[in-house]
Amino acid sequence: MSVAVSRSRQGGDRPAADGSHMTSSAIAVSGLRKAYKDKVVLDGIDLDVPAGTIFSLLGPNGAGKTTTVNVLTTLVKADGGTVRVAGHDAATQAKAVRAAIGVTGQFAAVDELLTGRENLQLMVDLSQVPAKDGRRVVTELLERFDLTESAQKPVSTYSGGMRRKLDLAMTLVGEPRIIFLDEPTTGLDPRSRRTMWSIIRDLVADGVTIFLTTQYLEEADQLADRIAVLDQGRVVAQGTPDELKRQIPGTHVRLRFTTVAELDTAARVLGDSTRDDEALALRVPSDGGTASLRALLDRLDEYAISAEGFSVQTPDLDDVFLALTGTRTPEVSAK
Amino acid sequence: MSTKSHSIVMLRRNFTHLTRNPTSVFNAVLMPIVIMLMFVYMFGDAFNVGVDYIDYATPGLMLLAVCYGLGATATAVNSDMTKGIINRFKVMHVSRGAVLTGHVVASVLTNLVAIAALVGVAFLLGFSPSASLLGWLGVLGVIVLLGFAAGWLTVALGLSAKSPETAGLASVPLVMLPFFSSAIVPADKMGPGLREFAEYQPFTPIIETLRGFLNGTPSSGDVIPALAWCVGIALVGYLWARSTFTKRA
Repeated sequence: MSVAVSRSRQGGDRPAADGSHMTSSAIAVSGLRKAYKDKVVLDGIDLDVPAGTIFSLLGPNGAGKTTTVNVLTTLVKADGGTVRVAGHDAATQAKAVRAAIGVTGQFAAVDELLTGRENLQLMVDLSQVPAKDGRRVVTELLERFDLTESAQKPVSTYSGGMRRKLDLAMTLVGEPRIIFLDEPTTGLDPRSRRTMWSIIRDLVADGVTIFLTTQYLEEADQLADRIAVLDQGRVVAQGTPDELKRQIPGTHVRLRFTTVAELDTAARVLGDSTRDDEALALRVPSDGGTASLRALLDRLDEYAISAEGFSVQTPDLDDVFLALTGTRTPEVSAK
Repeated sequence: MSTKSHSIVMLRRNFTHLTRNPTSVFNAVLMPIVIMLMFVYMFGDAFNVGVDYIDYATPGLMLLAVCYGLGATATAVNSDMTKGIINRFKVMHVSRGAVLTGHVVASVLTNLVAIAALVGVAFLLGFSPSASLLGWLGVLGVIVLLGFAAGWLTVALGLSAKSPETAGLASVPLVMLPFFSSAIVPADKMGPGLREFAEYQPFTPIIETLRGFLNGTPSSGDVIPALAWCVGIALVGYLWARSTFTKRA
């Protein structure tokens, strides 16, 4: 299987080695390496994130997502390779990088003893925001994130979703042009997750660049313009969600049987199909249209085979992930 | 923005924490007073120290009051490190020193509040020092210096601990140490072994210095070792805190 989908795209993947490319790249990473003692965490990563887009780094726990974010946000020094964020070198121009970025980490970095408003005010006091605008900035952010009612309550009383919202609001105080979101919805309920997604979409609509890590394929599929799949410190695939989906077998019909005998017969009759003995299932390529489905069912009928279950499946990123990394559910594997 | 103004923002944050978490202030201010009442009323008559017991015990209890405030500082420092907010400060290019300085200054100011309350109660109990204004300034100076020294050491302990709970525990030896000094009874009334320990541990010369200032008879034999200990502890605490902070963060 080809793992370099994006190579065919025009310059989409080329690291910003020259100055001309930097104007369009918010983040350009080339040959990034990082090891902790003997353990190689990042093994030569190349990424390119055009300004004003959402880029998602997808991978199981321990793949190196957080380490990548830590290097890109100047918290950790790389062992090798170059990292340019907002046109500045992350290693030698950390201060300029920090001025351009906002980071919301995996665990809500809020001050529990302060109120929501005080947390935001703290960010105003520590940032470049002029003091006279501070109050307005805080009030606007509270309104935008629907936190006005709880603004005077200590954060220790907030729910998980509210904390994440406040966390992101705090990140936005200095109006960063590039925002890193490290697993922003991990542990959130479905409703809070959707709220977070719409907030992220609004940010991009304002021209902000988003670098998002996630273990949820659906999240990457929903939000990202481009996705890189990270596994054991390497980028194993990179491209748009559609490009990635094209890498695996297309739309197919899945038939489930009750006995091995039926599965055998069906496999023989239907020819071009892939069997899954464990699940007693058969995967038959199909365009999913009604004509071809009727033909398929007629053929089964002709041989008096009845399937217990029948479904038309379109590949999702889950399938891509399985195909690329050999793990189905990234959430399961422990760190 | 400069380090100085970041330090002020951080200090303000630490103070808000204190007001939100009154039990820690309660502990720092009330415990020394409770211990004072206990020793003066229950045991005071049993100790023969040559002067009024309240006059003997107050300087030692002042030092105890400094130590009682430290548990909250260690816990607060550790919470900052373990709850992730430190990463936000770092990405925002907040001076790393500002975060720690905020904690130390808050700790010293809590100490001063606790000691003011303690001395107030001591006066009600008949405390009658013969210190001049200069003597009082000496007392204040020693307490601030000790507060800074113990504060930096506690910040280092808080940074090294794995969780806020263990950070609180790590400061317990500092709370216990005054009991094995000349704070409550003179060292020469203690048993062998303990007596030598009490004579040579850092808190004894510090307490004797406070006693000297309050009696109007400071002796350089106490003041010099007291200052040396304070500067030494402050330096060790500061360097330890700085290296742990860099390593951890």
